Amino acid sequence: MMIAPREAYGKALVELGKENKDVVVLDADVAKASMTILFKEVFPERFFDLGIAESDIIGTGAGFAVAGKIPFVNAYANFLLGNGWDQIRISVCYANKNVKIIGHNIGASSGKDGPTHLPLEDIALTRAFPGMTVIEPVDGIEIKKAVKALAQHVGPAYMRVGRLPIPVVTKEDDEFIIGKANTIRSGSDVTIIACGVMVSKALAAAEALSGEGINAEVINMHTIKPLDKEAILKSVEKTGAVVTAEEHTVIGGLGGAVAEFLACTKPLPMKIVGSQDRFGVCGSYEEIHQVLGLTSEKIIEAAKDVIKAKK
Amino acid sequence: MSQSMEQALQEAKAVAKNMRKNILVMTNRAKGGHPGGCLSATDILAVLYKCYMRVDPKNPRWPGRDYFFLSKGHAVPAHYAVLIETGFLSKDELKDFREIEGRLPAYPSCEITPGIDMSSGSLGQGLSVANGTALAAKLNGTDQRAYVMLGDGELHEGQVWEAMMTAAHFKLNNVCAIVDYNKLQLDGSLDEVKTLGDLRAKWDSFGWHTIEIDGHDYEQIYNAFAEAIAFKDGPTAIIAHTIKGKGVSFMEDEVGWHAAAPSDEQLQIALKELS
Repeated sequence: MMIAPREAYGKALVELGKENKDVVVLDADVAKASMTILFKEVFPERFFDLGIAESDIIGTGAGFAVAGKIPFVNAYANFLLGNGWDQIRISVCYANKNVKIIGHNIGASSGKDGPTHLPLEDIALTRAFPGMTVIEPVDGIEIKKAVKALAQHVGPAYMRVGRLPIPVVTKEDDEFIIGKANTIRSGSDVTIIACGVMVSKALAAAEALSGEGINAEVINMHTIKPLDKEAILKSVEKTGAVVTAEEHTVIGGLGGAVAEFLACTKPLPMKIVGSQDRFGVCGSYEEIHQVLGLTSEKIIEAAKDVIKAKK
Repeated sequence: MSQSMEQALQEAKAVAKNMRKNILVMTNRAKGGHPGGCLSATDILAVLYKCYMRVDPKNPRWPGRDYFFLSKGHAVPAHYAVLIETGFLSKDELKDFREIEGRLPAYPSCEITPGIDMSSGSLGQGLSVANGTALAAKLNGTDQRAYVMLGDGELHEGQVWEAMMTAAHFKLNNVCAIVDYNKLQLDGSLDEVKTLGDLRAKWDSFGWHTIEIDGHDYEQIYNAFAEAIAFKDGPTAIIAHTIKGKGVSFMEDEVGWHAAAPSDEQLQIALKELS
């Protein structure tokens, strides 16, 4: 089954709006793309379109938070993080305001729109902020739980939401707790830590590897910050090798977070699968993933390399 | 002038006198800070806090409060000074300005200082925040107001103009922006660095109700805030023509006092002038 994350997100916002009257939704003229329009249709008085003004929308969200509201601030991730970075730094994170920043069209998920519209740096940009929580739900089912969890979590948070449909890999009754990774396949030879759409590719890679007698453990690291270090340690103590996979640059993202932790705690063979310090291209979702190396084949290759590198 | 207004303004003037002294003491002791842009804003802050702001020093996060945001965060000694006069802070804390201990950091921090609702220090951000609180007040059906003070040099920041459009679009008649128009910034005069042109026409054309005043004339300041409250069709901008370093002869209209602390000797001269 495939679900477009943004559709699941829009529906989840409506459900949240029914349960919590303090939730307000802000958008920067992309409500039809972000699907916040679904919230607008049900709660027009709690929906605010601030036009194409990503710096302003972050600050306005921070103001709502000062007044005790729970603002979900939406725009394309590249523009929101690009134009709103200093506002997120000061008015949200340094001020420690309860603002939920939702970056849309993440990774290659807006497909043929091409390089300007393919945010591959947003995890790095948000992860650097003190106090910021960074989440990338794995699929359309998990997004619903993430939206609820975000509303209950007090403090600055960033969530990635993709545009085009991606495979569903979780079930309705699977647990979602911010900061707690989900191990979704057990294995003993290599740990594959992935987030977002790359989890489904990691599962496909694990399946292929099992045909060659390699047992890969797959972790859905839906929360990139705070990183579930305990889950990582528990897994790598068993496997002794790790591969990360993300729809993001290899600089400063999930792989960076895991590497920073393991290099200082338990150095071991590691490979990072992600976009190799480059911009995207125009193409279909899958074509871009091929060009950027965001494939099951790359994960398989990396897994074999790190296993070989084990003593 | 009514008797009550006259009395209120006399009190505000006394507050402003203490504020000026405390601003100078703070910056002298810290050997840093931005006294020029504090002294230009002092009279406006004194009137705003003494006559208009509905706040509770015993409960700084009282949900029904009015909001004040110092978008020109470098003038925070002026804000600390008025928070001392209104009971949010103690005068003993003057020594803590820019120090590692205490509650008076170099730029505003809402996590540290009671009575401060938003951290600032990167220019251009305050009006957006004020708009957010004003929209929330409208949603809640309260008559809370959001005041924001902007520097004139700060108006070079693009976010301010985004936020101006937002306030006008949503007809935020509970937002009042004050421009501390002292005409000097770090690198020189505004007209040398980058002119604001016809500033009033700019605010007017963005859909704001615009009032121009002498930012050191107490009656004009008082009346401008009253007019802002009475104006119901949208947000109000008070363009306050001010003098950087106002109240201290050797600091007035001198760009060098944008970011410079008075020496011990200069402090004594200044305090004498203000006594």
